[in-house]
Amino acid sequence: MSRARSALLEERWTGYLPAPASVSSRSTLPPFSTARQTLTFIEVHAENYMGDGGRPHAQLAALRERFALSIHGVGLSIGGEDPLDSDHLTRLVKLIERYKPQSFSEHLAWSSHGGEYFNDLLPLPYTPQTLARVVMHVSQVQERLGRQMLLENPSTYIRFEESTIDEVDFLGAIVARTGCGLLLDINNVFVSAQNHGADPRSYLANFPFDAVGEIHLGGHDAGFDETGAVLLIDAHGSPVADPVWALFDEVIARHGPMPSLIEWDNDVPEWQILLKEISRATFILDHSTSASRVA
Amino acid sequence: MPGFRTESFIRALKAPGDRAPVGLVGPSDRRFAVHRNTVAIGLITALEVQFPAVLDLVGSEFFRATARAFLVAYPPASPRLTIVGERFPQFLAGFEPALQFPYLADVARIEAARVRAYHAADTPRLGIETFSSVAADALEDLRIELHPAVAIVRSAHSAFTVFSMATGASAPAAISRWHAEDCLIDRPEFDPIVQLLAPGMAVFLHTLQHGATLADATVAASESTAGFDLSEALATVIGGRLAVHLSTARRDQ
Repeated sequence: MSRARSALLEERWTGYLPAPASVSSRSTLPPFSTARQTLTFIEVHAENYMGDGGRPHAQLAALRERFALSIHGVGLSIGGEDPLDSDHLTRLVKLIERYKPQSFSEHLAWSSHGGEYFNDLLPLPYTPQTLARVVMHVSQVQERLGRQMLLENPSTYIRFEESTIDEVDFLGAIVARTGCGLLLDINNVFVSAQNHGADPRSYLANFPFDAVGEIHLGGHDAGFDETGAVLLIDAHGSPVADPVWALFDEVIARHGPMPSLIEWDNDVPEWQILLKEISRATFILDHSTSASRVA
Repeated sequence: MPGFRTESFIRALKAPGDRAPVGLVGPSDRRFAVHRNTVAIGLITALEVQFPAVLDLVGSEFFRATARAFLVAYPPASPRLTIVGERFPQFLAGFEPALQFPYLADVARIEAARVRAYHAADTPRLGIETFSSVAADALEDLRIELHPAVAIVRSAHSAFTVFSMATGASAPAAISRWHAEDCLIDRPEFDPIVQLLAPGMAVFLHTLQHGATLADATVAASESTAGFDLSEALATVIGGRLAVHLSTARRDQ
């Protein structure tokens, strides 16, 4: 897929633009005059635009006229044991046909089981069995949508005793078997590495960068587990942390600029604060000295 | 197969305590709790946003406890959080601790209708010129299809008044006696509105929504309400631009 030099604002409509849920309040659009100079694309959650009409679609249509679009799903449950929800896939097909996004991405996680939805990106063990299932689901999604999808690496807090495959190898195998691309969330890499006492740089050193079509940056919260160890939580409600910026800088210096997105969809601040994050990402992308990548 | 089992993971996810499921590496109770909290808080917050009047009426603590009970009784089946509260009014109507608030389920029905109206399809509405072009002798057999955002909520417990006070649309005042109120929910452009309906109008609109002719809807409304005024009813339908399609019974049969 084509890789524009760009810094992107995540326009998660929950909390910023009126999400379907915020029927009671009228939110404002970002100031387009500033936004247009700074942004080349926006990203929205697929599930927020699965109603029939009204403001969510009117706003997305208006944004679509001005920006490239990435649709980011959170509800397909690609890592789940159950077959993919065919109705949900149909709604996704409809959404993608309507807005013709430049990119569609989803998560290496599960969120539904036995007909119940859990509203979180839940982790899965990495085994040959779960790999086969994820490969089947990614292939089914790509076949149904008639396009390549990107799969995002998760933030994890727990690990499973039965896991036998490293996450990076697991992702690499999915890419090799399905031809999907990857969405590299550098905050997730940092959060998971901290939580499991691992080195984010060795994770990134082994990451299959040829498959990366987009980068996510976001803020995290910090707490402790019952042993007193630091527990980082992917929260998207604060600025990107300095160590994550450092990793981003290294990734871009080494691999060249890639579409990069600031995720900030909880406690969304005023535009000027978002703009600062976007500008910082743009600066790093624009000052990359690496040779342009061959897409 | 030893190790990870989805069922035990889900049981731990839904359990009120703080225990992680088996099969995890190292002490994981606090780590696993991140998922338990995310699931609960996300769904409850979605309900709070969709039912602000109910929240205002019962207070945060009562609402959260009620929402938790609702999510146990009606676990969400879809990743679309916009429909997470579809059955909340129905749940409230039978939820013992909420029965002390007889209007609560009806207020929730108003709010659920607002959420549906907010997301309803953008079907073009008919103006007065379309009605003017209907021949006088065709009026009786006219079927009027209403906009998908249009909903009617009937309450025996002053739900419109309570809703208006809870949302700040009208000043709080004592309600001396519960009385029946009907209201119309619609979405003229993007923002849902809730309006009190004159007696008989609910039956009239409801009958039209079910595909009856104008004549049949008028009979039904007149039977329910002495002195039902058809011209006022039509003014509501035409002036409020509630209609999206006209057809005549004869032609469609």
